[in-house]
Amino acid sequence: MRIIPVGLRALLVELPEPAHTHALVAELDRRRERGELPGVEDVVPGELTVLVDGLDDPAGLAAQLTAWRPTSVRPPDGPLVEVPVRYDGADLAEVARAWQVPEEEVGRIHSAPEYRVAFCGFAPGFGYLTGLPERYHLPRRAVPRTRVPAGSVALAGGYAGIYPRDSPGGWQLLGRTDLVLFDPDRDPVALLTPGTRVRFRDVGR
Amino acid sequence: MSTGRFVEVVRSGALSTVQDLGRPGHAHLGVPRSGALDRPAHLLANRLVGNPADAATIETTITGVSLRVGQAATVAVTGAWAPVTVNGRPVGWSAPVSVPAGARVDVATAKRGLRSYVAFSGGIAVAAVLGSRSTDLLSGLGPSPLAVGDRLPLGEVAGPPAPVDVAPTGTLTEETTLRVTLGPRADWFTDDAPGILTGAGYRVSMLSNRVGMRLEGPALPRRIGGELRSEGVVLGAVQVPAAGTPVIFLADHPTVGGYPVIGVLHPDDLPLAAQAAPGTPIRFQIVEGARKGPFLYRKR
Repeated sequence: MRIIPVGLRALLVELPEPAHTHALVAELDRRRERGELPGVEDVVPGELTVLVDGLDDPAGLAAQLTAWRPTSVRPPDGPLVEVPVRYDGADLAEVARAWQVPEEEVGRIHSAPEYRVAFCGFAPGFGYLTGLPERYHLPRRAVPRTRVPAGSVALAGGYAGIYPRDSPGGWQLLGRTDLVLFDPDRDPVALLTPGTRVRFRDVGR
Repeated sequence: MSTGRFVEVVRSGALSTVQDLGRPGHAHLGVPRSGALDRPAHLLANRLVGNPADAATIETTITGVSLRVGQAATVAVTGAWAPVTVNGRPVGWSAPVSVPAGARVDVATAKRGLRSYVAFSGGIAVAAVLGSRSTDLLSGLGPSPLAVGDRLPLGEVAGPPAPVDVAPTGTLTEETTLRVTLGPRADWFTDDAPGILTGAGYRVSMLSNRVGMRLEGPALPRRIGGELRSEGVVLGAVQVPAAGTPVIFLADHPTVGGYPVIGVLHPDDLPLAAQAAPGTPIRFQIVEGARKGPFLYRKR
């Protein structure tokens, strides 16, 4: 673990493996509830980092955290969300070629594993999902699209994701879902939060 | 013309948005903080008209805004210095001004600075989204930027206007000096990168917006060439994209980023960044962190 100051009021904690980020976030939540983290506004997990922003005493927390040991290596199970997908995305043929499988196989491969939200970002409700076997990892598109429609199910690098709203984007588009990922009038506002488990279900074209 | 507790947009200007103190606390869901870029100016405008700190104001960009009030109200304009008129007559800037029902308040093009804040007694009372009325340009949360004909409701008047004629404010200068603490990814850059950053060779780019202040000037050379795994980023982060020219993250910044952050602005200098118009020379000054010397803890 390495703890780096970020400006005057934040710390970035680097962790050796993704599972530790979940454990640290849970630990920080516990300390926050006990009132031990005055001023904290945001705790933002990344893949191998946790950002703690809004600290009154960053050096104090840094000193405290050196004594902390991750208690659970396996992240706690979040709720399971099932995502129905029509696998008819604009990049389906390209992904099938890259995976060297027929187009019909892409949905089966993509919907086979159980995914987990590692962290959020890019847009409200956009979760970075881990769980796709490494041999299916693909780079981003060389030229990003200026508009990716809301509900697009996509992948890039080691991640799968779902675009919550129309936005620019460079991920490979596999299909789409009608599921509403983010709704500020709903509680919870985001369907996919860090730790949430996700299963994609192929509902045909 | 109807009267009532509202303001109507007569001229929207280049970009006018509703802003308050933003929506911190949702970054883990990918929701930007947003909120007034020049927070002290926003708070002063609210104080002048007797509003609480969390009331919403209108943030303008360069070319000001024109608004008609439905009912008599108190208005104050702060931030970027701009001529202010009520029904065509010059009135005070950075001062509480009483306006009658149906009056037109004009904020002209800023003579110095970039963003003015227009507060009305009662505050702009559009519906809050996740606890804030702020327009977030990156994610589209909150009300759309103002358009001609929009009617914005005003809230209940909370208190009397401030008993002052004019409030003193800082002076906006021709050149902006921004203090920066190095890190978290300063070690991704070569040893001469901090010297290039402080070498006074930057100007604010036309491509700047509420998401980030883009700069024109020398690229910062990288020592580590690889990809950074996406990580949380803070307000005021000086991020360096692949092309090497730094971008300062302002209130609507994305919550995570994949390019290294060489340093972070001193929080007291964020309002200066908010007021630096395109073309303004930017000088960076590297300062120490909160504690004397860097602190870096390692553990096996």
